Amino acid sequence: MIINQFLILAALLFSLGVYGLLVRRNAVMVLLAVELMLNAVNINLVVFEAAIRSTLAVGQVFAIFVITVAAAEVGIGLAIVILVFRNRKSANVDELNLMKW
Amino acid sequence: MNPLLVLAAEEPAELVTSGFWVEWAGLILISPFVAFLLIVFFGKRMRYQGAEIAIGALAFNTVWATALFVLNMTRGVLYERTFEIARIGFLGGTRELVFELGWMVDGLSTMMYFLVSFVGLLVFIYAVGYMEGDVRVTWFFAAFSLFAGSMLVLVGAPNLVELIIGWEGVGLASYLLIGHYWEKKENSSAGMKAFYTNKLADVGLILGAIIVGVTLGTFSFSELSRVAAEGGSGLQTVASVAAALLFFGAMGKSAQFPLHIWLPDAMAGPTPVSALMHAATMVTGGVYLMARTFPLYQNLAEGVRPAMVVIGAITLFAVGLLALVQDDIKKVLAYSTVSQLGYMMTAVAAGGYTAGLFHLFTHAFFKALLFLGAGAVIHAVHSNNMSDMGGLRKYMPTTYWTFVVGSLALAGIFPFSGFWSKDEILATVGYEGYTFVMWVGIGGAFVTALYMMRAMALTFGGTYKGDGHPHEAPKVMTWPLIGLAVPAAFAGFLNIPGIEWPGIRNFTEWLAVRVVPMGDYHPKSVDVGLAAIGLGAALAGLAVGWWLFGRDASTQAERDRLEIPLLYPLFRKKYYIDDLALGLVWLIKAPFARAVLWINDYVIDGIVNGAGMLTRGLARFVYGGLDQRGVDLVVNGLAAATDAAGSGVRRWQSGRIQGYAASFVGGVVVLVLAVVIFR
Repeated sequence: MIINQFLILAALLFSLGVYGLLVRRNAVMVLLAVELMLNAVNINLVVFEAAIRSTLAVGQVFAIFVITVAAAEVGIGLAIVILVFRNRKSANVDELNLMKW
Repeated sequence: MNPLLVLAAEEPAELVTSGFWVEWAGLILISPFVAFLLIVFFGKRMRYQGAEIAIGALAFNTVWATALFVLNMTRGVLYERTFEIARIGFLGGTRELVFELGWMVDGLSTMMYFLVSFVGLLVFIYAVGYMEGDVRVTWFFAAFSLFAGSMLVLVGAPNLVELIIGWEGVGLASYLLIGHYWEKKENSSAGMKAFYTNKLADVGLILGAIIVGVTLGTFSFSELSRVAAEGGSGLQTVASVAAALLFFGAMGKSAQFPLHIWLPDAMAGPTPVSALMHAATMVTGGVYLMARTFPLYQNLAEGVRPAMVVIGAITLFAVGLLALVQDDIKKVLAYSTVSQLGYMMTAVAAGGYTAGLFHLFTHAFFKALLFLGAGAVIHAVHSNNMSDMGGLRKYMPTTYWTFVVGSLALAGIFPFSGFWSKDEILATVGYEGYTFVMWVGIGGAFVTALYMMRAMALTFGGTYKGDGHPHEAPKVMTWPLIGLAVPAAFAGFLNIPGIEWPGIRNFTEWLAVRVVPMGDYHPKSVDVGLAAIGLGAALAGLAVGWWLFGRDASTQAERDRLEIPLLYPLFRKKYYIDDLALGLVWLIKAPFARAVLWINDYVIDGIVNGAGMLTRGLARFVYGGLDQRGVDLVVNGLAAATDAAGSGVRRWQSGRIQGYAASFVGGVVVLVLAVVIFR
């Protein structure tokens, strides 16, 4: 099985996520970018499993764990974003610079 | 075996040398000290502020001493118990010096036990009334117990060391009691004067004791008596030196001229203190010492005795004269005590062991009585001065009659106790060949009667010149007066030469259990001629006194009818002896003080300042060099480095999430590249 095309797709998707993470200012969009990166990883896990065909289907199982963790992370992240927005009338990541010395 | 007991083996069989009363007699010596501690710790909380403890201890002692006294009077006692405390080798270990403590029961110490306990008990009871409302009643009774206890140790001591312990204890307690009202400067000064004068004399006592101890290897009185009785021919010189030194010590305690100066000033203390001090405790210590070491003077140190007789004679006459000009009733009695001590010392020195001690015995009763009477008067009038008294016979009958008994006894009027003891002294002194001194004694009897008549007339005769209305003293004070008036009147019958009472041994016999032949003289019968002369002198004194002072002497001029141009100023100045002593002290003190000042200014100050400067220099180096430059540099450097590091690092913590993410991504990229390139 040829997996290059999937790996390239995952790499592109991951790079897109990194870009979004570093560049987008809206906190929601940053979270979305994180989701992109996680999904790129999931593609990798599933593809390598398909190539290796391990008996326990570790790749798929791990992908499901990642999706679960991602869901929890987004839940908390969005809750924080909403609270921040309520307090500051803005969800701009640049303005959230209070957590420093 | 005890040398005393070996020597006493020839004594009659009924002599008491064992048994409960003598074997536990040491309790007499201890009980006042127990009382002292109890009073100090618990006295304040008790109903009579500790007085009951003091009285209890002395009541116990009185019972015990009376038992011993009766035993001694009927059978005679002789017992000595010592405990070895230390043993010191000297002269390269060839000789040994033994230190012992213990107690002694013989005729002499039994008499003293009885006197101190009995007179002390009555004075203590009296003091409950006299000291009522005083600021320091508890402390007063504590010190009073110490006083009596020290005296009991002094008279119960079987050796010179224990005697010195009691001797110094008496000195200390007297200092405390004379200065009882220390709020007034002159009172505490009087205490110090007593202490210093006694200390000067104590030097003699201690040196004498050391000579005795080094010569004999023991301080024991019985050993001293034994050696003295043997009359070792090689010991005369050293014995004379020791005897003279011991006598010097006795001069201080027993207030012999010219060391008598402390005694009149000791009147600054409360009157019960004066009573006890003058009667049984303290001042009799010197006479007691002379009696206790009597064989030393009788057999080995005869050369010292004439000087002692002369000093005693000067004391009894010259110091007695001073009582004539005193206004303070207690000072009249004080000078009279000095004079009577002169009689005792003269008698003992002349060889009249019994005579001197008999006078000590009777004097204790009537002098305590007179002081307590004077105290009752002072209590009523609130003044010591006879010029504030007068006419008290009407107001204070009990005090008056007991005072008259005491005065007649002191003056030596037949048949009161003083007559018998004074007569025996005169007879003994005359027999021993000191005829002139005997006439001085007769003159002294005249002077005694004269000043006692003056005191009685000014105090109780005429009209009252003080303030307020005097009242008779309370019962707690009058009963001791009566209790003392009885022996003051009748004690003389115990020792009438030539008369034997059935069942009672003769005073001469029971006073000294003759462990060694004493060689002293005591008259076998009354010399009626001499007794008549002595009594005549006393009666003449009373008559002259009545003639001079009997009328109401309400003005100073009348009181000073006796004014003799040259003599009276001399009397008022106390023969300038106090000033002489002060000058002498100053002469010794001034160069010494100057030397001490010089040493202080130049040596001690130099050392102190040097040490201070050294410390300051050291401190300056430690501060400026080590602390400021060294330690501070390290500490500040550390702080600055930490500060700089912090300032540098904190710039990284911007708080911007995307910055952190960028760093993180960059780090990953670098790692990946590193893996790819260096694989």
